[in-house]
Amino acid sequence: MTEVNVTDDRPSGMQGVIADWASDQRAFKGVPWGKAMMWIFLLSDTFIFSSFLVSYMTVRMSTPVAWPNASEVFALHMFGANIPLILIAIMTFILITSSGTMALAVNFGYRKNRKMTTLMLVLTAILGASFVGMQAFEWTKLISEGVRPWGNPFGAEQFGATFFMITGFHGAHVSIGVLFLLIVARKVWRGDYEDDTERRGYFTSHKGSYNIVEETGLYWHFVDLVWVFIFAFFYLW
Amino acid sequence: MVDTTPEKVENVSPAEVPEADLYHAHSFWTKYVFCQDAKVIAIQYSGTAVVIGMVGLVLSWLMRLQLGFPETFSFISPDSYLQFVTMHGMIMVIYLLTALFLGGFGNYLIPLMVGARDMVFPYVNMLSYWVYLLAVLILVASFFVPGGPTGAGWTLYPPQAILSGTPGGSGLGIILMLVSLAFFIIGFTMGGLNYVVTILQARTRGMTLMRMPLTIWGIFTATVLALLAFPALFVSAIMMTLDSVLGTSFFMPAIVEFGEQLSYGGGSPILFQHLFWFFGHPEVYIVALPAFGIVSDLLSIHARRHIFGYRMMVWAIVAIGALSFVVWAHHMYVSGMNPWFGFFFATTTLIIAVPTAIKVYNWTLTLWRGDIHLTIPMLFAIAFIITFVNGGITGLFLGNVIVDVPLSDTMFVVAHFHMVMGIAPILVVFGAIYHWFPLMTGRMLNDAMGRFHFWVTFIGAYLIYFPMHYLGFVGVPRRYWSMEDTSFIPDSAADLNAFITVAALIVGFAQLVFIYNILVSVFKGKPSERNPWKATSLEWQTETVPPGHGNFSKELPVVYRWAYSFSVPGTVDDYVPQNVHPNDVKLVSPEGK
Repeated sequence: MTEVNVTDDRPSGMQGVIADWASDQRAFKGVPWGKAMMWIFLLSDTFIFSSFLVSYMTVRMSTPVAWPNASEVFALHMFGANIPLILIAIMTFILITSSGTMALAVNFGYRKNRKMTTLMLVLTAILGASFVGMQAFEWTKLISEGVRPWGNPFGAEQFGATFFMITGFHGAHVSIGVLFLLIVARKVWRGDYEDDTERRGYFTSHKGSYNIVEETGLYWHFVDLVWVFIFAFFYLW
Repeated sequence: MVDTTPEKVENVSPAEVPEADLYHAHSFWTKYVFCQDAKVIAIQYSGTAVVIGMVGLVLSWLMRLQLGFPETFSFISPDSYLQFVTMHGMIMVIYLLTALFLGGFGNYLIPLMVGARDMVFPYVNMLSYWVYLLAVLILVASFFVPGGPTGAGWTLYPPQAILSGTPGGSGLGIILMLVSLAFFIIGFTMGGLNYVVTILQARTRGMTLMRMPLTIWGIFTATVLALLAFPALFVSAIMMTLDSVLGTSFFMPAIVEFGEQLSYGGGSPILFQHLFWFFGHPEVYIVALPAFGIVSDLLSIHARRHIFGYRMMVWAIVAIGALSFVVWAHHMYVSGMNPWFGFFFATTTLIIAVPTAIKVYNWTLTLWRGDIHLTIPMLFAIAFIITFVNGGITGLFLGNVIVDVPLSDTMFVVAHFHMVMGIAPILVVFGAIYHWFPLMTGRMLNDAMGRFHFWVTFIGAYLIYFPMHYLGFVGVPRRYWSMEDTSFIPDSAADLNAFITVAALIVGFAQLVFIYNILVSVFKGKPSERNPWKATSLEWQTETVPPGHGNFSKELPVVYRWAYSFSVPGTVDDYVPQNVHPNDVKLVSPEGK
């Protein structure tokens, strides 16, 4: 169902693109259904996050009240000094690292190295979960300081509203990703994607193919990329 | 003249993907209720959409009763009138038309027409329907909560949508509306990913993109639009829910209500309008493009003539789809946005007339010297062309800022969009149902009832909406419960309103004849031939009619040509189906071989 099967010699470059799109059966040669679906879904999801971020910029401009100073609000009091953006720097580092381990998992998956694939998937999930954990910590800190969706002591009330909504929506994406990573890791460990398996079930319809690891990876990298934008717009602006 | 003789055997490429394992249903529940077969899902989608559409129809009767005969019906208060307006609009645009075209026709026709056994993710496809049903149930629930459903108008503009002066604004009405929309979008996304991937990646051998019937092109482009446009509505639904429930101020400026300063402040109501119309304008084409595609096929089949300018038709669909993302603010000329925007959006809006005109000319030229059979699908298809031109031309009026400003929020706007995205697509829906009913059931719909339904609907629609243009010109505003004594509106406007109401009621009841026709014909209709319209596309070439589980027999069909080989010179039948091998085409004289 999903095997790469491009036998004839197709032209390369732009002509190849035209040849593929003019051909029958598949527009994206060698791309499994799940991967095509994930790309299109991510495109749709991009529009969701873009709408969120554009709305954030709009209300930041429309409110007459001054916007809170990000480097003060997001500072942590550590070692007797206020260190700006320290927590967020760690969070970003962790999430970017998790993208690295995810890429390794994909690589090991295609080599059918079950042990290392599982290990890397679990490691990615742990990094993702610790990101969500730190986000929970940050939310707790802000809430204890009086930041609410409908108001905060630092300035414009839209600050709290957009912050909780957008990081919450992103955090939900990360959490779903963590769950998905663990499910796939378990299936990889059990050998559900080996050629000789008899196991069938959700996300297991493709016998002998580790595509699902890459598809999960696409989602994970996307969530990571979105974070870079949220980071830039919320913490650096 | 275009050469339509059978082409040479082209090299058919070998199958790239082995057959997929289908899920085989065993029990009643998995066969008919929680079914993963796209054909059953299509019928579930259509059935639900038609039922909720009937609610929308009844709401329109109630509105018309109030407008035609004010101060007659004590049960229609100003509040309930606004609720009827809102729910009628929302139901018809989203829960009826979007669901019917994409969930209904999309599910039924995509796998069959591209030669696939089923959608690529049948389980997700099944979930799509059940989430849609959940969205409909939430919507219906809002009729029964204290304060009733929202009366904010189908555009749900803040700040009024969530203020207590608007019906349903301070209660559950608006919240249920927004939650229902969010669920609709989630459900649609599940289905939409299926439609797009099936068309791109699961076509049969020989089925290139440029051999697909235009129906598939229309549904495909509309689905892509929907996947990119619905996110904006999803986001605005979330933000307005937060404004209403948590008291955030995304869309809410500082505001005084009944002499009391509310705790809102600093939000941007215009932001909502931008987000809403970034969804709302593509939504027009989400409804229109499948109709364009289907009507192209109906015209071609029933005029026994190939579609004129197939490639241009495809590119016009794609161009309209792309342009629909850069015209949204033509709905906002009076919103107070920067006037320079009006210039930009008026220009892009008028450019849309170019690909649209290409389509209309090509439809007309398809009929030119065709062997026109005035079957019921054909009647509806021709009626569509006329109606679409009417509605499209008033669109050119409204696309110009200077003409739009005085016509804004008058009955002219109501007449325009009902013609172009209400009546026109609905006519195609009817035509399509008369056309594909024999495929879905193996029986024909009753012809006499069908013709009665057509003529009453077609003429009635003009009796309703032509006078409405005039009412708009003289300044009758829309969404007004009652006009009372308004100096600039002549008294005759009231008589015209009464006339429109009578026409609307008659047209409405004609739809009951249609429903009756369907219900009776499913069980007692005349058994149809295997391919009653002599169509070439793959859905009529299946082993059994209606198509069985897995759509095709053991082998998937191989496609050798486009779907428009009608009136081919020298052949015995006047059409050559897509999957007939060129050597197997029956020719009149043997030496032709």
